[in-house]
Formats: sequence, C-alpha cells, structure tokens
Amino acid sequence: MQIGIFTVGDVTTDPTTGRTPTENERIKATVTIAKKAEEVGLDVFATGEHHNPPFVASNPTATLAYIGAQTERIILSTATTLITTTDPVLIAEDYAKVQHLLDGRVDLMMGRGNTGPVYPWFGKDIRDGIPLAIENYALLRRLWREDVVSWKGTYRTPLQGYTSTPRPLDGIAPFVWHGSIRSPEIAEQAAYYGDGFFHNHIFWPISHTRQMVDQYRRRFEHYGHGPADTAIVGLGGQFFMRKNSQAAVKEFRPYFDNAPVYGHGPSLEDFMQQTPLTVGSPQQVLERTLGFRDHAGHYQRQLFLLDHAGLPLKTVLEQLDLLGEILPEMRKGFAQGRPPHIPDAPTHATLVAAAGGGKDATVYVAADDVTGHRAEEQLGQVQA
Amino acid sequence: MTAIVVVSAGLGVPSSTRLLADRLAATTAETIVDVDVVNVELRDVAHELTDHLLTGFPSPTLAVALDAVRRADGLIVVTPVFSASYSGLFKTFFDVLEAGTLDGTPVLVAATGGTARHSLVLEHALRPLFSYLHAVVVPTGVFAATEDFGTTGLDARIARAVGELAALLGTSVSAAVGHPGRRTVHDEFAAPTPFELLLQQVGAT
Repeated sequence: MQIGIFTVGDVTTDPTTGRTPTENERIKATVTIAKKAEEVGLDVFATGEHHNPPFVASNPTATLAYIGAQTERIILSTATTLITTTDPVLIAEDYAKVQHLLDGRVDLMMGRGNTGPVYPWFGKDIRDGIPLAIENYALLRRLWREDVVSWKGTYRTPLQGYTSTPRPLDGIAPFVWHGSIRSPEIAEQAAYYGDGFFHNHIFWPISHTRQMVDQYRRRFEHYGHGPADTAIVGLGGQFFMRKNSQAAVKEFRPYFDNAPVYGHGPSLEDFMQQTPLTVGSPQQVLERTLGFRDHAGHYQRQLFLLDHAGLPLKTVLEQLDLLGEILPEMRKGFAQGRPPHIPDAPTHATLVAAAGGGKDATVYVAADDVTGHRAEEQLGQVQA
Repeated sequence: MTAIVVVSAGLGVPSSTRLLADRLAATTAETIVDVDVVNVELRDVAHELTDHLLTGFPSPTLAVALDAVRRADGLIVVTPVFSASYSGLFKTFFDVLEAGTLDGTPVLVAATGGTARHSLVLEHALRPLFSYLHAVVVPTGVFAATEDFGTTGLDARIARAVGELAALLGTSVSAAVGHPGRRTVHDEFAAPTPFELLLQQVGAT
C-alpha cells in the first residue's frame, strides 16, 4: 500500500490573515512539502498541472526532477498530467527523461482538466475532452512502447517514422494511472489497458467514488487483466488534524468556509458527513481513512491533499508530522485483512521484473550529428 | 402505477403556488387511474440547491427529490412569477438536473402571479425551458392569478391540462371524471348540451 500526498499548486489567500503567498513562495513551499513528505516516511508525492492563475503548477516535470534531485526514495507522480491539452509527443519525451534522471522513481496520472478557456490556449476544445484523452493516450502508449512510430489521428499532426527520445528507462514505460471524478469513459480506458484508476475522492460522496471504482474493477476483469479485486485503485482524501478534534475544527473552519472549491456552500459538518473530508483527531483520521476500503475494496494508493485553501506552509508541515505519527498504524490497518493475492501498485522495479529484466532501449541511428542526414542518403547524393 | 411528481417553488407558507400545485395534484389523483403523486417542495431544499451549485453533488435530501424526478413518468411544475419569469429557485432545480433526465417526459407547466397580465410567462419562459430539456410540454398550461382563486374557471383549466397530461402518458382516465377535452361545434350537433346544464354553468338556478 502506497500512502502519499498530492498538491494542485493553488495560490490562495490565507483567510485568517488576508495574506496571499507569492508565486515564488508557493513554488518553494511545494518543494519543502515534498521533501518533508519523504522525511515523514510517505511513499508518493504528486503534483498537479495547471496553466492558469491562481495556480503555479505549470511545468510539472521541472518540479518533479528538481524534487527528485533532493530526495532518495519517494515516488514522484502527477495529479494530474493534462492528456487533453498537452501534446502526447512532449509527454512521452518529458517523462521518459524524468524516468532516467530519477532512476525510475516516477509514474503519472492522466487527467483532462475542467477549465474550458484553457483548452483553446492549446488549440483544443473542452467539448473534445474525452476523445482527446483517448486519442492522445493511445499515441503516448505507442511512443513509449514502439521505437519507430508512424501514426495519424484527428487532433495532432501525423507522425512518420518518429522515434521518441529518450526511450523509456530499461525499455519499460512509466506506470500510468487515469484520474476522473465522474466520467465512466475514463474508468473504461484505465480498465481496457490494465492501467491504474484513481478517484480524487475529495469533493463528492463516497457512494459516487464506489460507483466509479466498481465500474473500473468490473471492466478490468472483463478485459482479461485479472480478477476485479486485483485491479489497481488509488483514492484521494483530505483531512485536517490536531491532537484533539475541537481544536482541529476550530482552526480549519475559516479555511473550509472560504475554500475556493466548496467555500460559502455547505457547512463543514455537512461536508464532512457527505464527503471523505475528515477534520479531527489523528485517531479519527486514521479510522475514516481505513474505512475507505469498505467502499472501494482493498486498494493500492492513498494520496491526501494537505496544502490548499490558503493553509500556511508551517501548518501543512505540522499536518505532515501528524500524518507521519499515525503512518505505522495506518500501514498496519491497511495490511489487516488484506488477502495475499491483492497486488501492490506497480513500481519501476516490479515492472522491470515482470518484463523479465531491464534492457537498454537506446535507438542508435547512423546519421550525421549536425545535419541528421544518414550516410546512405549522402552516398546517394554523391552518386547522383 | 403511474408516477407523477409535482415540483412547486412557492416561498410563502402557505403559498398560492403550493395551493395551485395541490389542486393540480388532487385533480391528477382523481383523473388518472392507478397514479402515485409525490410533491417536491423546493423551499425545503433551497439551501441544498445552492450547495449543489457550489459542490457539484446533491445532499442526501436533495438526492431523494432529484431521484423522484428522474423516475417520474410525468411532471407537474409550478412556479411563482418573479421579475417576468420563473423564480431563480425554480430554475436552479432544473439547472442541477442531470442532462437527459427529462427526455420525452410529459410536463404540465403552471404558474402563479399577482395579476393575469403575467399569464404568458408560461409561453415565453416555461415552455422554452422545458423544450430545451427535451420534455414534452402539455398543450394547456395553467396560470392562476390571485383573482382566479375566487372563480370557477381555474378548475376547468386544471381539468383540461390534467386530461392532456393523461393522454400524453397514455394512462387510463377515471370513468367518473371522463375525458375533460374541449367540446367542439361538431360535438354540439351530435349531442347538444342540455339547456339545464348551460343554465347551471352560468350559475343561474
């Protein structure tokens, strides 16, 4: 079981002080938070991707590589990589590069992005969100798995004899999760490929998460990847804890009431009842989190969103310390009653092992370093 | 069993909108054989509707109301007229309905207002809204101005609208009520209305 955190990189005013961090502060804070996540023993840090204010989460690969250079063990991932508006050719290159730099300590979560105006900035249309996710990901898979790709689709320029470089580390593509809150087509996509499915599991009732996860599990089995209970499931989650629950509620309420997504809507109490948000003592957070299994089955990855709604860095780091304190109990709880046939989330090492070992996948082309011309072409020119 | 949901968006307690909704519901229960009429009062879920706009999911109480509408064979919708249209609360309910929920569903539109001068709100606001939602709108809409609650014409319009709703639903109509369609000149030649009944209808004794 992997336990970690994810960030969406929002720059939000702290409602208790009225102060808004600068982009620089927020970017540096993201790195501090990721390093702290490793320090307290977490397994995964994932960053979102946004191309509009109030977010600083553009260029996720630079962020991940920079964090990767300062950490040893933690898996770096995305939450999410925009498979709709980002050219799959660039995703293939960027994440293969990060894979090499971090010795395979990276995976990705695909998402579509829900902000209409962002799409046209990248020459796309949000109404094509699902077809874009389907076409772009199908291409991305080929770019990682086939050395030379000729391809033609609807949404980008065709490719003829194209080789994406660098080739994936050890010839093994990074593991991919597909994230979606409410689109059954994305659960279907994850199931079809036998990839992981992640439900953000923050804003909506758990009954809805269950419906999406069930669908993914059923279809995973249908497509022959194994029994439904062996499908690779990830869930989000959200908590705020203090040693006693009254203190947690008192401190978190102004952040909740003014939060960009659900602020000025339902009460904290209603939202806690209706969604997985837990504001309370470490024991309450522990129990609620372990209860997710009752709805989603035994799963592989649990990521919490901690740095949002304008919470100051100091508070976020304290939350990480508290999470670190209950982490052994949480791991023990997740292991309890877990049948031995339930797999862990794939990592680079397990994927390499499953493929019968790694191999260098470098594609060597005998061509001029400067012009890219091949020797035989030059020969042809001379003869002509 | 035919399931009819009456959605009413009155704010006062009691409200004229709810009074009209109840009369429509009662006539529906009398007219359509084997019918189950459920009322959804939007005032009771006003907070939840705003929360839904902000969070994107319904509270358990609102989910029950939305589910009732999703399962309904036909709807009766009643709104007060606010600023020359349906009320914001009324519109919000239909804004949060999942797309496609009302495809092909017969809907009887009704409204209340201070004066009959607002009655065309049924035609310029409600009918286009439900056309957009791909519902089948009953030809007769029912508008009740304040003065209509003191006259007899309203009952006839309610009966006719409910009769049309029943016809769209293809349900059996109670024999005691009969089909309350409009009588044409041909009907009068075939079977004249007895003069005693004409006298009775004008209130003469």
